[in-house]
Amino acid sequence: MPSHDVLIIGAGLAGQRAAIAAAEGGATVAIMSKVHPVRSHSTAAAGGINAALAPEDSWESHAFDTVKGSDYLGDQDAIEIMCREAPDEVLWLEHAGVTFHRNPEGRLGTRAFGGASAARTYYVADITGQALLHVLYEQLMKHHETIDRYEEWFTTSLLLNENGHCVGALAREIRTGALEVFNAKSVILASGGAGQCYKPTTNALICTADGIAQAYRVGAPLMDMEMVQYHPTTLVENGFLITEGARGEGALLFNREGERFMEKTAPNKMELASRDVVSRAEQVEINEGRAFEDGGIALDVTVVPRKRVLEALREIVNIGRDFAGVDITRDPIHIRPGQHYIMGGVKTDTNGETSVRGLYAAGEVACISVHGGNRLGANSLLDTLIFGRRSGTHAAGRARHVAMPETPHSRVRDEQRWIDSIIAREHGGRRVSAIKDELGENMNTYCAVFRDADGLGTMRDIVERLKQEAETAWIDDRGTVFNQDVLGAIELGYMLDCAEAIVAGAIERKESRGAHSRTDFPERNDEEWLKHIDISRNGGDAPKITHSPVTITRWEPQERTY
Amino acid sequence: MAEFTLRLRRYLPESGEAAYWQDYTVELEPHRSVLEGILQVRAEQDGTVGIRCSCRAAICGSCGVRINDRAALACHTHLSAAAAGAKDGVIKVEPMGNMPVIKDLITDFEAVHWKKVRRVTPWLLPDGPPPEREYIVAHEAMVDVTQPMACIQCGACVSDCLSMEVDPEFIGPAALAKAYRFVGDPRDGQHFERLQDLAEDPHGIYDCTHCFNCIEACPKGVAPMSQIMRLRRLATADFQIDDRNNGKRHEQAFTELIEKYGTLFEAELLPRSYGGKFHPRALPELLRSLPAILKAVMRGKVTAMKALHHPKLPDQKRVREIFETVEGREQRYDLNLYISGYDDDADDDVPADAKAGDAKAEASA
Repeated sequence: MPSHDVLIIGAGLAGQRAAIAAAEGGATVAIMSKVHPVRSHSTAAAGGINAALAPEDSWESHAFDTVKGSDYLGDQDAIEIMCREAPDEVLWLEHAGVTFHRNPEGRLGTRAFGGASAARTYYVADITGQALLHVLYEQLMKHHETIDRYEEWFTTSLLLNENGHCVGALAREIRTGALEVFNAKSVILASGGAGQCYKPTTNALICTADGIAQAYRVGAPLMDMEMVQYHPTTLVENGFLITEGARGEGALLFNREGERFMEKTAPNKMELASRDVVSRAEQVEINEGRAFEDGGIALDVTVVPRKRVLEALREIVNIGRDFAGVDITRDPIHIRPGQHYIMGGVKTDTNGETSVRGLYAAGEVACISVHGGNRLGANSLLDTLIFGRRSGTHAAGRARHVAMPETPHSRVRDEQRWIDSIIAREHGGRRVSAIKDELGENMNTYCAVFRDADGLGTMRDIVERLKQEAETAWIDDRGTVFNQDVLGAIELGYMLDCAEAIVAGAIERKESRGAHSRTDFPERNDEEWLKHIDISRNGGDAPKITHSPVTITRWEPQERTY
Repeated sequence: MAEFTLRLRRYLPESGEAAYWQDYTVELEPHRSVLEGILQVRAEQDGTVGIRCSCRAAICGSCGVRINDRAALACHTHLSAAAAGAKDGVIKVEPMGNMPVIKDLITDFEAVHWKKVRRVTPWLLPDGPPPEREYIVAHEAMVDVTQPMACIQCGACVSDCLSMEVDPEFIGPAALAKAYRFVGDPRDGQHFERLQDLAEDPHGIYDCTHCFNCIEACPKGVAPMSQIMRLRRLATADFQIDDRNNGKRHEQAFTELIEKYGTLFEAELLPRSYGGKFHPRALPELLRSLPAILKAVMRGKVTAMKALHHPKLPDQKRVREIFETVEGREQRYDLNLYISGYDDDADDDVPADAKAGDAKAEASA
């Protein structure tokens, strides 16, 4: 039975950063992921990472932009920490080997990004996430003596002891099908977001809400779940992401009539307003019949100098060519808003601790909350690293005064029986894949850019029905070696739990704030709703909903215009 | 919508059966990817089909397979293109080469690819403690290493590497491209040590036969072979590393002979690669190569006349002019995707004769 001071579940940026920090803090560390670490979805973050590093910039300015971007739902103590620590984190990355692009003086170069009052986004062409992830993996290989890697292990459940403390996890080695107890003094969830609850989504197939549901199931509350970000520029046809870096480099948005419609909603920031603002503006154009025939809006990159595009936006040149048949250096490309990120997640404090002792969360799986109602572009990479590191450091400190737990082996037998029962299901009900598709398509209809009580009620009923159907959903693969089919069935359960929480939060919040736009409650209502919605599991009943205050340190809510 | 037949290589290790082919028919738009086809099979027909996949957009590097005998990302290959390049229009999909198969289209990356990556000490080794702020380095240097940094570790180049097929211990294209990412990085303090290590290893940079397969297989334009050639140029021209594999001398002999004759004087190449006919090592090497030489004699490839005399090209002067142009440059041109754009683009910033420089680079091995 593997036993470690700190067990990290998920090996994207948050997980890897947590692993390095925990190891530096003197802990024995295991990092586990259902895919090889470099396949993690952090690799898809294209544009860059924010930090107020330039002498003329300030962390306060970065923090204010983030608070405003969050539509004042972000907790300002957490945002202050993130923005204060950002410059040192970016320098740490640079020293570790990230090949950040430079300015003519050879110093770190920046690009502009949405919702920011200064160009403070540091980048590696448009493969920033990939570069960061691969460099962190270099560091993981370097620290192989202190960090054990469990690559392609799938977590099935978190383990609690009799006091309700988290003491490890159960995981299945995908290659062999073997189930194993991982004992740990602390567990850090870093398993990413929940995009696959939607169809289409910019998120990878692996983003199936695993950690959100695992924490929810052991009693950790979720927060801000109604806040789901739609990215303004995803390909019309398949929902692939076109980085905000395109607009950062100067690309423009037009409707079918050739009108630069952002003038109407964000006359100052135009295309570089916050994502929720731009996505809403696009959706209005689409709903009012000013989209192109394919349902899209034109993103015109041709205004950016060709050399600059080839150097700094190469990946979207490829995506345009390979997945839309468009040479973006010559023609506009058609885009629309698409599900991209979930601001909500497992509720944590600024050290990543959840309300379950011994359980931490960092990155997209967590809600601290630094993003509130709407995340700024290039703040997600920062969030993963800052709070990944803080969780790792804190968990390593905790290990010094906690004894190594041990979970009885009988727990494996129960879990194995459950997995075997999924594999053995009769071919009577529905296929797992059919339920997943139905969930995603409906979430994208009823719980998207604009929402209302009727649609959300419909969605709640759909989720409830799908949860029942999932109990008898069947699969084909009866094997043990790389049985991806059975993992898909477990993931479906995770997604349904998460969708239930998203819909419950969206029904609860009777106002419009950030990414949550209720057509039946179109205004922001600070008096009643300047607060977080916390959602806890309530046995088999409807989720339990409570409220918690927003932490405000120095920025009182104002009207939000761009 | 159109109908496509996918012929998948199946291997179920628990069945005790050998690998076999299984055909599936899918209905999808022609510009959808082979991966979408396989996912449709999995969702609607047969959930037992194994393939690693995640992002669907050629970023995560999970879905490397062989499509119609060539390595590619399944998500990055259109069904129509795959069908057009297939015999009888049947799209053949099988696991990548040079790696053991675990199940169906899933190969053992750890056993081959990652082991090789770890072989090149894949982390930055700067001299001394880091500066207070960032390292000051040229923008161009960072753009330059962005090309190997763009590698998504999909293994396509490893799959189709001919040298690795012959020598499984060859460090290989992906890991060597990764090595260039450090050798080309001005912040790294171990350039010489890294190059010496890779030059002295019999399975290192001189084990590449420049077949171009890796360049063709790479879905991200990393051009691993070009990175290997750049490692060689740095090892030889810049660091003068006299390796025990005779890589440097071989390269020198090659270029000298071309400069002198215009075509390759093969009988002279071998001894010169070992330091000349009178070098103490030449005789044992010659004896070792005897079987190859005898074979060449029997096939008429080597005759006494050809061994002693090699004609110059009639316009040898023009070959020499190429050498003069390239070697007379103040700076070496390295073709880099991020700097130059597409290969077929005329780019104002790359001088017209840069292509000639690159041709030399590739010939100089």
